Amino acid sequence: MQLLMFYLIGFFAVLSAVSMIVVRKPLNSALFLILNMICLAGLFALLNAHLIAVLQIIVYAGAIMVLVLFVIMVLNLREKDGDITVRKVAAQFVGIIVVSVVMVMVGASVDPSAISALGSASPEFGTVVGVGKTLFTDYILPFEIVSVLLLAAIIGAVILSKSKV
Amino acid sequence: MDITLIPGYQYMPELVEMMLKIVFIFTMNVGVFAPLLGYVERKQSALMQDRIGANRAAILGFTIFGLWHTMTDAIKLIAKEDFIPEGADKPLHFLAPFVAVVPALIAFAVIPFGGTYYLWGHEAHLIIADLDVGILFIFAVAGIGTYGAVIAAWASNNNWSLLGGVRTAAQMVSYEVAMGLTIVGVLMVYESLKLTEIALIQEDFFMWGIFLQPVGFLLFLACALAENKRVPFDIPEAESELIAGYFTEYSGLKFAMFWMAEFVEIVTISAILTVLFFGAWHIPFVTHDGLLSLLTSVVGADIGNLLLMFIHLAVFWGKVCFLIVFLMLIRWSLPRFRYDQIMKLGWKIILPLALVNILATGVILLVVK
Repeated sequence: MQLLMFYLIGFFAVLSAVSMIVVRKPLNSALFLILNMICLAGLFALLNAHLIAVLQIIVYAGAIMVLVLFVIMVLNLREKDGDITVRKVAAQFVGIIVVSVVMVMVGASVDPSAISALGSASPEFGTVVGVGKTLFTDYILPFEIVSVLLLAAIIGAVILSKSKV
Repeated sequence: MDITLIPGYQYMPELVEMMLKIVFIFTMNVGVFAPLLGYVERKQSALMQDRIGANRAAILGFTIFGLWHTMTDAIKLIAKEDFIPEGADKPLHFLAPFVAVVPALIAFAVIPFGGTYYLWGHEAHLIIADLDVGILFIFAVAGIGTYGAVIAAWASNNNWSLLGGVRTAAQMVSYEVAMGLTIVGVLMVYESLKLTEIALIQEDFFMWGIFLQPVGFLLFLACALAENKRVPFDIPEAESELIAGYFTEYSGLKFAMFWMAEFVEIVTISAILTVLFFGAWHIPFVTHDGLLSLLTSVVGADIGNLLLMFIHLAVFWGKVCFLIVFLMLIRWSLPRFRYDQIMKLGWKIILPLALVNILATGVILLVVK
């Protein structure tokens, strides 16, 4: 059952990712990206990471992509004119080769026996309590550093958008 | 045939219970509340504006306070031509109403509408999915619902729609941030994200969210109204400026779906408010066990549990109805905010106040414990 769900969601994730690149209209691309993110959330949920799954939808699919759609709508980006040039074809060709090489290398470097040696996750894994405890005890320093980084980003955004400081 | 021969027969009660719950919630939202709220909206506005309101439709001279209008509305909307404007993006134009209405319905899955009851050896939980992430699920689903309006606006190929869509996107993103922060105080007090656990603690009348988190309640109410896109936060569809905003180019059943999404959202918001702030299905000063033992002594354990379930259902939906009427009153009481006022309210007033509320709650919790 779980395997079946994985294949189903995975199929849609790949399909939406490919469609996102292939589709010509910017808004449709953005919508396929949203679908892809929802599929990824489904995969997280299958891995017992419920909190990450929900956060994936709230933050990426819910908030960030709304802003992307907002920009597309404000700039009124309709269909892009796609003239095929030699450079473009060459770039696509190189891109495909590089991605395939990287994927083969990643695939070869994964040791299946190491994964099975990890054992199964604890029942608390991925729940709100589990993630919260780990985040605020073992990883408190990285968490605080990230907060400071985000604060810097917020201040930066305010300064950039203000004409006079 | 022996029932035990059917594979998975031991899961049958769970399956039946689940189906019943889903059908119940679906019927309540789509079958009862959606048409009824349309009627309430008309009748209420008529009362408040000193008019008579919907009272024309009659069968054999009986108007039953204009209730037939819910039926005539439905017939009209189904029979109307489904018009798709020229230059519209057809697949997206078709998809948008579904994206608007489905999340609104799904959000109800994590809202408990009753407690736990033991019926003839079966344990019934009146919630469709008691997820660990609880209320976060509602936020996630509500975030997806925004796309219904945005896609509709884009696909209609109409400038009014597009403006409505842009306004929707800006308003939704702004208030989602604030809304998430307004309930953090509630979650801190009850120490849980699960709506069932939050509801159970409120069995004690003095533990109701409205007493423990009054500021959180007001802020959440404001944000929920904004997410609902109704007056005074209705700039996405502002009739006097944008015709009907993002659903200007919709007619017939698809128009009805946007309309339904709005009403289902009202029901969902009222249900969330009930669970978070108004003691869910609990009657003030009456405990679950106390009432159950009383009922059990009169009619027996199983029927007692069943009766208790119906009492709790009535209490829960009664509270929801009260809140719905309250939410709908607001529409006819306040003028529409300007765009800059909405943004100022969200970012400069509600967001800082929510943060202060979190800080104050934290300090008080530290002192009390």
